[in-house]
Amino acid sequence: MTWVGVRRMIGPPLAAVGLAILVAALVLAVSGANPFVAFGNVLEYGTRLETVIEAFNRATPLYLSGIAFAIAMRMNLFQIGVEGQYILAAFFAAYVGAGVGSLFPPLHVLVILVAAMIVGAAWAGLAGWMKVTRNVHEVISTIMLNAIAVAGIVSFLLGRWKIESESLDTRLGDIATSGWFPSLNPIVELVTREIKRVELTGFILVAAVVGMAYHLIINRTRLGYDLRATGANPWAAEASGVPPKRTIVLAMLLSGAVAGLVGMADLLGDQHFYSLRFPQGLGFAGIAVALLGRNHAVGAAIAAVAFGWLERASGVLEVRGDAPREIVTIMVGVIILFAVIAYALAQRRRRIEAAAAAATQVTEVGAPDGKEADT
Amino acid sequence: MSDVRVLRRSIVRDTVLSGNRRWLVYGLGAVLLLAATQQFASLPTDDLTSSGTWSIALAWSVPILMAGLGGVFSERSGVVNIGLEGMLILGTWFGAFGTMVGGPWFGMLLAAVAGAMGGLVMAVAAVGFNVDHIIAGVAINLMAPGLTRFLSDLHFSDRGGSITQSPSISGVSDFTLPILAGGTLFGWDSPDILGALEQAEVFFVSDLAGILRGFMFQMSWLTLIAFLSVPLAILLLWKTRFGLRLRSCGEHPHAADSLGVNVYKYKYYGVVISGFLAGLGGGFLAIQLSGLYKEGQTQGKGYIGLATMIFGNWNPLGTARGALLFGFTETLRLRDENAAHGLLLLVVIAVVLLIIWRFLKRRGYAGTLQLAIIAIAIGFWYANSTSVPNQLPAITPHIAVLVVLLFATSRLRPPAADGLPYRKGES
Repeated sequence: MTWVGVRRMIGPPLAAVGLAILVAALVLAVSGANPFVAFGNVLEYGTRLETVIEAFNRATPLYLSGIAFAIAMRMNLFQIGVEGQYILAAFFAAYVGAGVGSLFPPLHVLVILVAAMIVGAAWAGLAGWMKVTRNVHEVISTIMLNAIAVAGIVSFLLGRWKIESESLDTRLGDIATSGWFPSLNPIVELVTREIKRVELTGFILVAAVVGMAYHLIINRTRLGYDLRATGANPWAAEASGVPPKRTIVLAMLLSGAVAGLVGMADLLGDQHFYSLRFPQGLGFAGIAVALLGRNHAVGAAIAAVAFGWLERASGVLEVRGDAPREIVTIMVGVIILFAVIAYALAQRRRRIEAAAAAATQVTEVGAPDGKEADT
Repeated sequence: MSDVRVLRRSIVRDTVLSGNRRWLVYGLGAVLLLAATQQFASLPTDDLTSSGTWSIALAWSVPILMAGLGGVFSERSGVVNIGLEGMLILGTWFGAFGTMVGGPWFGMLLAAVAGAMGGLVMAVAAVGFNVDHIIAGVAINLMAPGLTRFLSDLHFSDRGGSITQSPSISGVSDFTLPILAGGTLFGWDSPDILGALEQAEVFFVSDLAGILRGFMFQMSWLTLIAFLSVPLAILLLWKTRFGLRLRSCGEHPHAADSLGVNVYKYKYYGVVISGFLAGLGGGFLAIQLSGLYKEGQTQGKGYIGLATMIFGNWNPLGTARGALLFGFTETLRLRDENAAHGLLLLVVIAVVLLIIWRFLKRRGYAGTLQLAIIAIAIGFWYANSTSVPNQLPAITPHIAVLVVLLFATSRLRPPAADGLPYRKGES
């Protein structure tokens, strides 16, 4: 890749992050804190090993959520439904995982993951089916399905299937230890020091595999080509033999299956049961990851780690009394807004340059049929 | 009188009058349906048509209505506005904050301005920089809750609220229409004609009186203003030069441009007005309905509003109809379990009527068969239960949106250039 290509790829997101830091500094200054001291605190706290591990733990579900959104986005489907899909999937997977009791460990984990992926794919597939049969726009249908899944199905069944426990939390039963995902702490400790309190989730490896598979499928397979072609120009794709309806449903199923994995890092690596306190909002956060990472496997990974780090490292702001940690949510919003604007500008400039290049070529060699270009 | 004028007049009469008459027939039909459901329901309830229910339903439909009207302005100018939810959230926070600082009217003003600012940011991204509309809207929706959370921590935590909610606030006063609904007129306790009719318990007549009285008693001034904005929006969009130009930008921006309309300007207007209205809706939700700002209190009402706009066919009147429907289901959740259970019967009756209509019109049998299966399943559920899970009323609007869109999309026509990027001079 040429230097110009690299600059064009990382320029816009870097500019967006820089502007967001500027905005955050302004907000900090307005709310009465010294931005330099505050950023110094964040940097100092954020480079501790424990914070970095927490950042990666957070980045894992964010990345999966971002990839789920990106798969659909690659063919211009706005899959806003990751939120509902991952919560529904985590709920049923937790129910199945607790219900089967104790199994041979890898099998138990596999059962849970497959259950989650099937539920996620089914719920997303429903939106895909509505789109191809009745032409219901996927933005509306997935938003409605989110509410039906979370406020309807999960809320209703949680009331039915909950177990008695001494804590006030409404929750499902525990998943036996054979269904737990191992922590990577021993491996990390080999090269660093002893880690306190936190455990690096092993699910990060699954996320990495999913990311690689995404990259390969999109760029190296027929299916990926069909997806990209339909996204770029549905009419041309159909004319060249790509069935648009089947591709839409397939994209939604794939996206939903990955969405099903989003909650698994927390379920298998941390909590081991589903409850009212199960993390929410990962689906919407994933949209931010995909937007900043431009639906690229590596870009989304960088974005996920950046957002995860911001979120974890900012906790120190509150502890030291600089500012509420919610300043990070503002920063994420600003980054997204500036990033999408920067990408839109960059894309426009590329188009203008391409048009100009084509025009010069035409004037140099002359138009087809031997006529002069300016006639 | 020339022939042309006679012809034109008859066309006007046919379309306008038949339109009005159709609305009247639909409305009375809906009342009849509710009255019948109440009559035949196995569990006694009179909350389906009581004035109390409809008074609250009217109020709860306001946030959805305002979001929907906002959607009309934005999408008529050609900008798809998913960011309504975020603007609604901005409205709730600034409404509560403004009320704490300067009373409910100031709160509403601040809410509207905050929503309009959200709209401006959206417009800059979507119109100015040609960012994909849905992405720009999603960005607004990601930003708004973060901003309100941050501001809550700064302003509410030390005033008796918390990071997720404001201290409680009081709304504006309400009024009751005299003579028809028993309000006071210059200190005189006027008769309550509709109230008396409602108490009489005559089939249909009492039900109609109850619903009408619901629209007239203990209504806040803000609710009245909100519903007055429906005819105002119609006038503005269809009877003024501004409206014609705004709509032309949503139908064919390049044609509008060639006639000298500043397309960018009108798109900005559309989106900012949209944010202004959504902000009002959010302010109403916090100030008048909840009495406080609370995180997550919008519960997707912005999206619901957008959906009502879609199957209101991008018209203010249709949007109002949908908003009222969702305000109604919202109310049943708050009031009466038996009434919520009665809704199942209502759905069964409605589907059976639809089947009969399809039969008379000789529509396809496959669809009729599907409907019959649905009717039998819900009827079975109704007969074998005494209550519905309390989650059902909460998600009824969402299910209704999906069902309507599944069966009615072919009749809907969005503005032709809705959601398309626009650059002057590039087609």
